[in-house]
Amino acid sequence: MSDAERFQTDAEIQWCPGCPNFSLLKAFRSALARLDLAPHRLCLVSGIGQAAKLPHYVRCNFFNGLHGRALPVATAVAAANPELTTVVVTGEGDCYGEGGNHFLHALRRNPNLTVVVHDNRIYALTKGQGSPTTPLGERRSIQFPGVEVEPLNPLGIAVVQGCTFVARGFAPEVEHLADLLAQAMEHPGLSVVDVIQPCITWDPHPVSWYKERVYRLEDDYDPTDPQAALAKTREWGEGRLPIGVLFRADPKPVFGRRFREEIAGGPLAALPPVAVEAIEEVLERMRP
Amino acid sequence: MDDLSVVIAGAAGEGIQVVGEVLAQTVSAHGYAVFAWQEYESRIRGGHSRFALRIGEVPRNAALERADLLLALNPGAAQQYRPLLGDGGLLLSPEGEGEAEGAVAIPFAELAQEAAGKKLYANSVAVGALVAALGMDREVLYRVLERRFREKGEEVSEANRKAAEAGYREATERCGERCPWKLGGAEGRYYLADGHRAVALGAVRAGCRFLSAYPMSPSTSIITFLAKEQERLGVFVEQAEDELAAINMAVGASYAGARSLTATSGGGFALMGEGVSLAGMTETPVVIVLAQRPGPATGLPTRTAQGDLLFAVHAGHGEFPKAVLAPSDPVDAFHQTVRAFDLADRFQVPVVLLTDQFLAESLFSVEDFELGRSEPELHLADPGEIEEYRRYRLTEGGVSPRLYPGQSEHLVGADSDEHDEWGHITEDLEGTAVPMMEKRLSKLAGLRAALRPPEADGVEEAEHVLVGWGSSRGAVREAVELLRAEGVAAGSLHFTDLWPLPEYRFPEGKRYWAVEGNATGQLARLLRSEYAVVFQGRVGRCDGLPLTAETIRRQIDV
Repeated sequence: MSDAERFQTDAEIQWCPGCPNFSLLKAFRSALARLDLAPHRLCLVSGIGQAAKLPHYVRCNFFNGLHGRALPVATAVAAANPELTTVVVTGEGDCYGEGGNHFLHALRRNPNLTVVVHDNRIYALTKGQGSPTTPLGERRSIQFPGVEVEPLNPLGIAVVQGCTFVARGFAPEVEHLADLLAQAMEHPGLSVVDVIQPCITWDPHPVSWYKERVYRLEDDYDPTDPQAALAKTREWGEGRLPIGVLFRADPKPVFGRRFREEIAGGPLAALPPVAVEAIEEVLERMRP
Repeated sequence: MDDLSVVIAGAAGEGIQVVGEVLAQTVSAHGYAVFAWQEYESRIRGGHSRFALRIGEVPRNAALERADLLLALNPGAAQQYRPLLGDGGLLLSPEGEGEAEGAVAIPFAELAQEAAGKKLYANSVAVGALVAALGMDREVLYRVLERRFREKGEEVSEANRKAAEAGYREATERCGERCPWKLGGAEGRYYLADGHRAVALGAVRAGCRFLSAYPMSPSTSIITFLAKEQERLGVFVEQAEDELAAINMAVGASYAGARSLTATSGGGFALMGEGVSLAGMTETPVVIVLAQRPGPATGLPTRTAQGDLLFAVHAGHGEFPKAVLAPSDPVDAFHQTVRAFDLADRFQVPVVLLTDQFLAESLFSVEDFELGRSEPELHLADPGEIEEYRRYRLTEGGVSPRLYPGQSEHLVGADSDEHDEWGHITEDLEGTAVPMMEKRLSKLAGLRAALRPPEADGVEEAEHVLVGWGSSRGAVREAVELLRAEGVAAGSLHFTDLWPLPEYRFPEGKRYWAVEGNATGQLARLLRSEYAVVFQGRVGRCDGLPLTAETIRRQIDV
């Protein structure tokens, strides 16, 4: 069995034929193969949307939960069992819209997770509404006169909040994306990879429109400079779409580390219930 | 000496909780049973608060309405709570009433300034005065104070002692024969425990290792307690950004194999609705403490109620099994919490534990927690015995073998979408969706069989039967005693297991009264629909104060 086949499933894929999600999936499997990971050591967590179906197409543990709520589930999975490689696959509506608050707080907590956001700047499964990243002025099914509110700059937010691995990929560039995903999964703490993944059904622009604007970060780009990274995240507005590692910094303490090191030692599931004596000791203090 | 009622009243910020707790501990250290409940407003300073203690030789763990001794920390509080004083009652207050009949003036703040150099120590003056008025041993009080303020350093500890001594001396001089009480000492040895610490310890005993919650009164004490005791009790505690995150984290940790808890109150539980449904669909065990307070919406944030029973029973969209349990006192809370985790694991369902502000924050005298009575039961499968793992394998009784990710080479898939036995999304309506729905719902029969019928007291001989649930057990039992003392043949039925309702047949030919801390009769509605029982009448309370024997008695038309 080849490394990539190790993660194959025979589930019927429910994406539109020709969707860039297929390339994204290929890149994802390829990244997993590079990491030499056993399927039972991988846990994919997702919410709702087209991106959230991806865990069904990868042979591994998975939790496909509620719209917007993948991050809290995954944060807890990673805290409860640090021996797993936990990855969130989500869309921009799921992660930045319904789950926006959780995204902010995941940036604060720095759980050991990789968050892969399929960002097509559109709500596809619900048939073409604007999403948190839809550019100003673009006409969508509900934003009929054109989007009147500013799009979110999620990678800018991640940089500002001190996320130590912030990257952007482009789904059709499979090898480049696989490389980004592998780096992200190896990085301790929270890694955010926003993937430009155009919607071939609802997006007013064809994939070629993106191909003309996407470019790889220059060789002399310094990803350790947060100001430069922030400037790169703003190029969206100018119609230039840089891909690569926008920002990277030394890993910070991972969510739950203190508890693990000082109290638990390993997965919470492996701990036996606390002895009655410890409870008696606490109770004894309730005797005046 | 039996059934003495002491009420301490004051404004938020005056420290009546400290006075009350120190007095409760002093009384308890004298070997008496003490029950203490409190009410306060949702503000940081000002308003009216009360801390009420009931003292006796045997535990009477229910609220009393009257006061025998009222200590008011300010004149406004004296005015507000004075009607509670019965004949022979005494008011201790800083000014105004002078030496009138039934009142003794003690200038708490001035004495504090004199004895300890700061008005801040007025609380300790007050508690010293109470100890003198009740005829207790001041040395016992000093020990309690020393233990309480030890951490704040010698100076603070000493100042509190001096202030208490001043209050003690002043009250001794002034009370004279108007203070007839003499709490010389009794034989009892009690824990002084509140309901939420007992829930927290029950969770620990059950093997809970993960708690995520968003602070909301009155559920917050569970999180605070477990966070403080983290080193000893080993529960990972996280303050979530909101209740949506709280329950989703608890579900995530449980999927990862850790027994998980979340705790909230009505408004937070409203936000958790989707997560309750998620736990139902993904068949992930989780225990949710719903600490009731009056609603709707923000309601009366610091008061008590039994107003979320039907909300708990119906929580979550769609149809799925869950259990709802309502413990009555700290010992029960400990054991029911262990049971809640076991039921959640055994049937892979969410379990709601209904507490309330009264149970959460009152101090109960407990003789013995009988810790040995509850052993946690773990229900994880053995991966070695499974050839091909299917998380949602269709089984007799609906419970599939549960493994957690990383436990073995078996892969564990969970899905909120309707799914097949492997956890993969399905649109196969007849062949997969219907059997899966039936599988989940088939757990109800087993769950129902595992739940317990109501506790009956004297029902066979009774003509009038009071039917209650949760934390009002003590008050209902006492109301039955009041009725019996009047010659009425009364009994009670107490429900702890509220959903699914256990098999039970209501004896015929009785007059049933539903007793509950809400306005619309939720228990009555539930029991009518499930058992077709007919109620003679209903006793309700929705003013944010606990049910008491007196309130119940007044509303029973006999």
